[in-house]
Amino acid sequence: MAEEMRIVLRNYGKIDPFKLDDYLAVGGYDSLKAAREMDRFELIEEVRAANLRGRGGAGFNCGAKWSFAYQTEADQKYVVCNADEGEPGTYKDRLIMEGDPHSLLEGMAICGYAIGANKGYIYCRGEYPQAVNILKQAIAQAEEQGLLEDFSIEVRQGAGAYVCGEETALIESLEGKRGEPRIKPPYPPISGLWGKPTIVNNVETFANIPAILENGAAWFANIGTPFYPGTKIVTLTGDVVNKTFFEVPTDTTIREIIYDFGGGIKDGKEFKAVQIGGTSGAFIPAANLDSIIGFDHLVSIGACLGSGAVFVLDETRDLVDIAVQIAKFFSHESCGKCSPCREGTVRLQDLLDKINNNQGVAADLPLLNKLGKVMSYSCFCGLGQAAPIPMLTTLEHFPADYMAKIG
Amino acid sequence: MSMEYQKILAKYADTPGGMLEAFHAIQEELSFLPEEAIIEASKVFGQPAIEAYGVAGFYSMFSTEPRGENIIRICESAPCHIAGASRVVASLEKELGISMGEITADGKFSLEFTQCVGQCQATPVITINGKPFYDVSPEAIPDILAEFR
Repeated sequence: MAEEMRIVLRNYGKIDPFKLDDYLAVGGYDSLKAAREMDRFELIEEVRAANLRGRGGAGFNCGAKWSFAYQTEADQKYVVCNADEGEPGTYKDRLIMEGDPHSLLEGMAICGYAIGANKGYIYCRGEYPQAVNILKQAIAQAEEQGLLEDFSIEVRQGAGAYVCGEETALIESLEGKRGEPRIKPPYPPISGLWGKPTIVNNVETFANIPAILENGAAWFANIGTPFYPGTKIVTLTGDVVNKTFFEVPTDTTIREIIYDFGGGIKDGKEFKAVQIGGTSGAFIPAANLDSIIGFDHLVSIGACLGSGAVFVLDETRDLVDIAVQIAKFFSHESCGKCSPCREGTVRLQDLLDKINNNQGVAADLPLLNKLGKVMSYSCFCGLGQAAPIPMLTTLEHFPADYMAKIG
Repeated sequence: MSMEYQKILAKYADTPGGMLEAFHAIQEELSFLPEEAIIEASKVFGQPAIEAYGVAGFYSMFSTEPRGENIIRICESAPCHIAGASRVVASLEKELGISMGEITADGKFSLEFTQCVGQCQATPVITINGKPFYDVSPEAIPDILAEFR
């Protein structure tokens, strides 16, 4: 049976998040001290060699990203933590912030030293007041003991906008504006917050950094699949026996997650579909359950690891009904900046609603397909590009659910 | 009322990009963002009024309309949806005698939809004034509300 391996959650439940001494007792802030003894370039090379890829969903090599900000000359640089965890079915970042806040702060401070930034922001979603409270106390404690040296960290709260998980929308929001994404390039490591070089990494990404420096890049690179090494926190929801979270090596299969860790399908029912990566993720049929969750493996089956949310549905579930609910989410969360998304998400919801209410006609299915494909390449940012994926993949793998509602 | 928001805004005037933080703080006191506060914010942060309105209108946690003393939000994302969120909605509407998006006549409760609040280990989830309630069943609603009545 597959086993859990805790790296980012190494201290979760073992230390008191309100006690800095607890964190120090397990070697906390030793990695930051060690990092500051290192040459900045070599430090970044170490992170790059670990092949840690962004845990927010895009999977970009973390060290490579840092090197862009390091190489860009500026009078001010910023480190930003993306804690705007809005992907439905996901709560991994909350676990880290509420259970082991200092590992996040330490990761950010290491990044700050590496790229030459003395200011960090944690942009935490407004729905997590408890996490904000814990982080603020942790920052005060670390600053009081001088552990962060010249690096300061401030917590800012989002206000309920899913699109702010997109890094340039997040930056706009941090600047006190509407959270609408910016055109890229320039990318944030070149020009980000207030036009300065900025590293935006996810909470889980930062929390990996102290462990990588403690144990070495080679140790990390050998865990899980070599293309996307390390672990991933998975949050399991839906029709499973154990609705819970766990951290697993990235060569764990979807089947192991659902049946070994999740205890299988609830109430003795059969598996129907699983959506991975959050509400923007693809629906995966039983035929692909033996794929490992590593980033590229999921891409090869037309899916995406995303946030690591795993949403399981049993044989009785009507996927059209669920697709409608997801479409409603996207039409609500579309920021309105670009018309393919602003209009497309509404039309998508209308068409799916129509079919769900048994008023659809056969011609609606190719229309849905066309709308989805146009959105996937014409929308301005990832939100609109991903919005049709749940519909497209349910239509591809589970057409019977749609046909049953069309006369 | 005016005194309160002016004091709050003054506190954030020197915070770069502080408009969201200031709006959160105003809502903490007043439950919503009055028009005068938005206009005042635009002056404090040196922005045209349309920008401040744009911020107030963009984020679903900000409201430009008065809200109830206690704000109940029900998650309607897919994991809560399949766990029976609509039955919880029906129970809340029946118990409070209002529909989603409305305020009770005594001003005590607002009912709002929200998207995922990140407590998916215990669906369906509602929050009251930001505090999550887990594995909520329609039958549990009267007891949960009693605490706030």
